[in-house]
Amino acid sequence: MATAAHAPKLNHIGLPILDYRGGKSTLCAGCGHNAISERIIDALYEMGVEPERVMKMSGIGCSSKSPAYFLSRSHAFNGVHGRMPAISTGAVLANHTMTTIGVSGDGDTASIGMGQFVHLMRRNLPMIYIIEDNGVYGLTKGQFSATADLGSKLKTGVVNDLPAIDTCALAIQLGATFVGRSFSGDKKQLLSMLKAALAHKGTVMLDVISPCVTFNDHEGSTKSYKFMQENDEPINDVGFVASFDEIAVDYDSGEIFEVEMHDGSNLRLRKLHEDYDPTDKANAVRTLMEAQDNDEILTGVFYIDTEKPTFIDLLNIVDEPLATLPESITRPPKSALDTLMAALK
Amino acid sequence: MATGDPALGKQQGTSSTRVINDFSINVSTVNGSGSQSANNVLMKSIFGLGVPVSGKNLFPSNIAGQPTWFLIRASKDGYVARKRDSEILVALNPETAHDDVQALPSGGMAIYEENLKLDQARSDVFCYPVPFDKLTASICPEVKLRKLVKNMVYVGVVAQLLDIDMAVVESNLRRQFAKKQKVFDLNFGGVKAGFDYAQAHLTKQDPFFIEKMNKTDGKIIIDGNAACGMGAVFAGVTVVAWYPITPSTSVIESTTDLLKKLRVTPDGKATFAVVQAEDELAAIGMVLGAGWAGARAMTSTSGPGMSLMAEFCGLGYYAEIPGVIINVQRTGPSTGLPTRTQQSDLLSAAFLSHGDTRHPILLPGSVKECFELTLAAFDLAERLQTPVFLLTDLDLGMNNWISEPFDYPSKPLDRGKVLTAEDLDRLGGFNRYRDVDGDAIGWRTLPGTRHPKASYFTRGSGHTDAAQYTENPEEYQAVMDRLARKFENMRKLLPAPVVVKNGNSKIGFLAFGSTDCALIECLDQIKQRHGLDADYLRIRAFPFAQAIHDFVASHERVYVVEQNRDAQLASLLKLDLPAALVTRLRSILHYNGLPVDAESITTQFAQQEGL
Repeated sequence: MATAAHAPKLNHIGLPILDYRGGKSTLCAGCGHNAISERIIDALYEMGVEPERVMKMSGIGCSSKSPAYFLSRSHAFNGVHGRMPAISTGAVLANHTMTTIGVSGDGDTASIGMGQFVHLMRRNLPMIYIIEDNGVYGLTKGQFSATADLGSKLKTGVVNDLPAIDTCALAIQLGATFVGRSFSGDKKQLLSMLKAALAHKGTVMLDVISPCVTFNDHEGSTKSYKFMQENDEPINDVGFVASFDEIAVDYDSGEIFEVEMHDGSNLRLRKLHEDYDPTDKANAVRTLMEAQDNDEILTGVFYIDTEKPTFIDLLNIVDEPLATLPESITRPPKSALDTLMAALK
Repeated sequence: MATGDPALGKQQGTSSTRVINDFSINVSTVNGSGSQSANNVLMKSIFGLGVPVSGKNLFPSNIAGQPTWFLIRASKDGYVARKRDSEILVALNPETAHDDVQALPSGGMAIYEENLKLDQARSDVFCYPVPFDKLTASICPEVKLRKLVKNMVYVGVVAQLLDIDMAVVESNLRRQFAKKQKVFDLNFGGVKAGFDYAQAHLTKQDPFFIEKMNKTDGKIIIDGNAACGMGAVFAGVTVVAWYPITPSTSVIESTTDLLKKLRVTPDGKATFAVVQAEDELAAIGMVLGAGWAGARAMTSTSGPGMSLMAEFCGLGYYAEIPGVIINVQRTGPSTGLPTRTQQSDLLSAAFLSHGDTRHPILLPGSVKECFELTLAAFDLAERLQTPVFLLTDLDLGMNNWISEPFDYPSKPLDRGKVLTAEDLDRLGGFNRYRDVDGDAIGWRTLPGTRHPKASYFTRGSGHTDAAQYTENPEEYQAVMDRLARKFENMRKLLPAPVVVKNGNSKIGFLAFGSTDCALIECLDQIKQRHGLDADYLRIRAFPFAQAIHDFVASHERVYVVEQNRDAQLASLLKLDLPAALVTRLRSILHYNGLPVDAESITTQFAQQEGL
């Protein structure tokens, strides 16, 4: 009998990280999206989410291909361009017991999908909505998207003369209850934010700057690795302690904004900007608008509300998934039809 | 004037032959005046007297102030199609009154506000002027309510003149305003004022009478949209996503009302979700997302909304996701006439979306079939794993129809081919799009199935039978060929056509949907006027059953009757029939926005036959 290789490390539900992996990426080497896929794998593994209890949703574009590159053991739905919110809404209504992760891009969200995006935020549908934001259309070879910053340059020298849509400010204003921005190159921040996202009940909207190495990583781009490394300005330092982790007290509580999450875990935001309160909606929007005016790229958790009812709460849906309710519940009895008929005579 | 009968002497004298239970009443009003309650009371009173009756609301795309006509047809023979000419006019709209009275046939009758002086416009109709405004003012001190009560005054006048039993009117009014005694009192006061005025001041000259029959015993009155809503609820719908659009909105309203009544748990939780979406793109997206995750999902729309659903419907077809789409057709193209009827979305529904896309369509021809085929649509969508269309129209959907009561479904729900974790243990895995049973339908799993082999990747891009991305020519084509086989198999699985009449005639008729009622009447007219016995097959689904081919093959000339300009059903048939049969088809078309009537079909038929 061959000596067993040292056993793989298992997470708290007893699965190795291998069980969270996906297919081999077909995106460009160095694409920010691949790093985001890696962080999603890490977050789900570390949080001990059952892969079979996850739905992966996406629209169309480079970003939307990426659900194929993580969690092969989860059901996935790669829909049509800009319409991931509607498909996700239907899927979550059918089975709200699942963890739902949507991956979109800046074109898929901020242009063709804007109508659906804003209504998803407004409904506070329980899901995680990730924008892999590189400011360009990759699959059609490098046109500006609506999140490209004013004055940023394409490789061809074309300058963007329209203002960027700040998807975070929009999401906060419209009703999403966990909104943040990160950078695909910041492993620690992104992982903490994703873990906290998994613990949140409601719509999580994460805009992750994710450089396109082929079409938008040059001098003059505001979504390049270099630009982000030089200009990324965290508004808070994001720490996360899961409900099953042993809590180590290693901070000065005065510096920390602590949020108790729905599942009992803790989101700890160490203040980097003076007195930034991520539960103050108006201040969050104002901070983001000021940052845009000052050409600053803020990252971190901008807004969180753990109290607001989700769309499932509002619809008062039964605890079991609607999808698998038995006929005895979904088809009313003959007496009900008889009563209806009698009233029409 | 003392007699209140100024028209006397202008007409051709009292009619000697009574016309009993065989005429149409045209109530001409302005919309927003609240005439609907009055119209319903009158219609249901005729129904209550055992006389077959139908009501058709011809209304404008407007909230208030535009002309509206409500046609109430009483027919001892049970004909429920629109009658081309109404014999009786109730003219309450001064703007259209003069045109309305001109449309009456000679020997017809007009009831009108006395100052309109319609007796001066026609000397060959029986005229009954009524001081509606004065009468209303005398019994309704509150000015704001007068325009509503005025409608009830007309009901009383009509009831007296046609000899409709007031007790029946009263009981229908009571049902209409159940639990609202004050409202009932006010309205019944209006009815009585009209009745008493007519009794005291009008002398019956016309030949029209309602007489008690027993032809409505056990029957119900309902509109097609409410019937579709009932069908959905008894099909166990769990997710409804929609966007408001005339004339389909009331499908969802009735669905929602019933869900709230019948599908709430003892602790007050909903076993359903109804979402008013941001647009029709989102509505169909939610339906497909829900269908993919295992819910019974539906949307309801009309032409413009269906156009917006095109891209998603292609995804539903190619990724093989169940969903039910009800389209209550209105008059197109574009915005068209939103409050008028047509059967003009057949071709666009059949091929909705780009690429080689085809969809099954169910075509109910009555309110009872609205219920039954909506039920069937949910089973078929899950069995066939594809979006299923149900096409009704404004006439069927928004008008009230007499029907036999609906039957409780005899079969359990068919949830289609879904593998559980236990199945996967036994099988060791599965390929989502592989045809393992020879029916061209693969097995699916639902998200959340706790098995490492349960997941698959749903996509609208090229895929293999294992749901893997592919651009390989053979793999792509294999899936497309299987989808074509699946569609071909549907000919046997969808609701079979109804052989309404099949003797040995050389002439056959084909029709679908709300055209049915006019065509049945037309066949009788052809028999009476031309001595011809024609056969008739009613189509209830696309793709077409073999029986439809056989019907065409067994008749020399086949008239396809439909309510659109472009002969859409005939066009679909021509794509499907063998070339030798195509030349047998003739078209009879009606597309002015009004529900088709028998006279129009009979006239076109006679012309084409050279009769």
